[in-house]
Amino acid sequence: MRRFLPMFRKEFIQMRRDRVTLGIMIGVPVIQLMLFGFAIQTDVRHIPTVVLDESRTPTSRDVIAAFENTGNFRIVGHVDGRSELDGWIARGEAQAGIVVPHDFPRDLARGTTATIQVIVDASDPLSSQAALAAAAGVAQVRNLAMLAAAANRQDLPLETRVRPRYNPGLRSPNYIVPGLVGVILTITLVLVTAMAIVRERERGTLEQLIVTPITKTELMLGKIAPYVGVGLVQMTVVLLLGRFVFDVPLVGNVLLLYGVAFIFIVASLAFGLFVSTLVRTQQQAMQASFFFVLPNILLSGFMFPRQAMPAVFQWIGAILPLTHFLKVLRGILLKGVGVAELWQEIGVLLLFATVLIALSVRRFQKKLD
Amino acid sequence: MTDSAVTVETHHLTRRFGSIVAVRDLSLTIAKGEVFGLLGPNGSGKTTTIRMLCGLLAPSDGTAVVAGVDVLDSPDLIKERIGYMSQRFGLYEDLTVAENMDFYGGIYGLEGAGRRGRIAEVVKFLGLDRRLHQLAGTLSGGWKQRLALACALMHGPAVIFLDEPTAGVDPAARRAFWSTIKTLAERGTTVILTTHYMDEAGRCGRIALLSQGHLIALGTPAEVATQVGGKTLEDAFIILQERDEQEPEA
Repeated sequence: MRRFLPMFRKEFIQMRRDRVTLGIMIGVPVIQLMLFGFAIQTDVRHIPTVVLDESRTPTSRDVIAAFENTGNFRIVGHVDGRSELDGWIARGEAQAGIVVPHDFPRDLARGTTATIQVIVDASDPLSSQAALAAAAGVAQVRNLAMLAAAANRQDLPLETRVRPRYNPGLRSPNYIVPGLVGVILTITLVLVTAMAIVRERERGTLEQLIVTPITKTELMLGKIAPYVGVGLVQMTVVLLLGRFVFDVPLVGNVLLLYGVAFIFIVASLAFGLFVSTLVRTQQQAMQASFFFVLPNILLSGFMFPRQAMPAVFQWIGAILPLTHFLKVLRGILLKGVGVAELWQEIGVLLLFATVLIALSVRRFQKKLD
Repeated sequence: MTDSAVTVETHHLTRRFGSIVAVRDLSLTIAKGEVFGLLGPNGSGKTTTIRMLCGLLAPSDGTAVVAGVDVLDSPDLIKERIGYMSQRFGLYEDLTVAENMDFYGGIYGLEGAGRRGRIAEVVKFLGLDRRLHQLAGTLSGGWKQRLALACALMHGPAVIFLDEPTAGVDPAARRAFWSTIKTLAERGTTVILTTHYMDEAGRCGRIALLSQGHLIALGTPAEVATQVGGKTLEDAFIILQERDEQEPEA
């Protein structure tokens, strides 16, 4: 392995000299973190809502205020007719509509069931679900209060107390930021290594290199080693920003996290090397890497829960290293768990790293075509 | 010619790519310190021959021994004993001259003071001292070629292969390059090169003329010229090639 060091040094000098790529490798995590951290909110609040109050009574105004007080609805307008309300929703000026009918106060006073209609724009399932849940909640709270008053009871017979562990505020950044560490490493490292080998081939420097006694293992390890450092720096940047900008807790063993991250980074780099043995040009390398990135974002559990996916897609997710690394990230960062709880994921990642390195070293030929 | 003076020896060397025979039944003996030219039109098998001798391409048939090493048995060991300069500049344009040499010194297994000493020697030999901190990408064609040669000589190889070394180099630099080649050969390095320039072929000790994978003439430039009754090497080249093309496939 004595030729590993010159290879490493050369790769490092080239990396340092390529300011644009270096800037992208550090800039991309920062930009992505800001985008994902600020933009993605899985709890939908302040849905623009239009109100049609046909009864115009204190009671109806009181109910409408109750809707607004949940924080899920933001009243953006009042209309006088049903067709006008439909128009607001159709044009997208409102995503929900609340209709309080004429007979609402009368029914309420009589003791028959009084109805309020809530219309939601379900073309966006995430916000309409939030609206439906909030609307049902408003009715339930009112019902309970009225029923309790009728039954002359101060307190309710039954109550569920839900305690959200590990993320008590149910904050999106706590979920997104740890996952983002894994996503950013996957995107940049696979692409960068795939390009690094193909670039040597395209520029003709590989032809000169393969007539030297360097072994392919020395060549490949020397090639990826500097990027292990890049990956660790990227991870540190995201974690620090997550901690100080988004208040994401860091409760677990950071050393363990870096240890597992090292394995994951090596696996990603090895995969990049593998991609480089399949393609001929840098453009193909880029396309192949993007092809790989999408399933990683969609199926790994980064944004969408894997439990909700059909079995086939859960299996596909299981063969992505990111899926397992995400469990480790969230486990260590949010839950503070250690090797005892995570050994399976760590084992799987080790297996990925070993198999991918073996595979790419095997496929790489120190020969011309 | 004693056995120890033989650096390259091939017997019936053949390489097929599918149904195409790129090199057919090539037998050559090249002595230590010779400047040996491989000539022939494009597709005549020059590059394939060089690649087989460098251990980059396995022969389909026949044998080749380079610097005492059999190319079939140990293609990796050969690489420690040969230097190779590709037709296209194959060094890193974003590294300086010194960094490129340091890298190749390291890749050839030189370490510490040994590497520094060897780099200093090669720098002096090729006159690279004033260019050391220039990025390789900003060098002119002639200087790039010298740097490439410097890197290929880093480990003091017994044989150096030059694939069209003077393509894209100005006449003054070509002349300087040839005097370097002569010096190298006098010091005992065997030089094997391909070229398209007839005046350069004339400067080789011996040349082999290839066409369609066949060896069609072998000897000193004068011998090859008279072998076919041509006045100049260029005449001989064209006569031999036309004759070869008229012959039915063997």
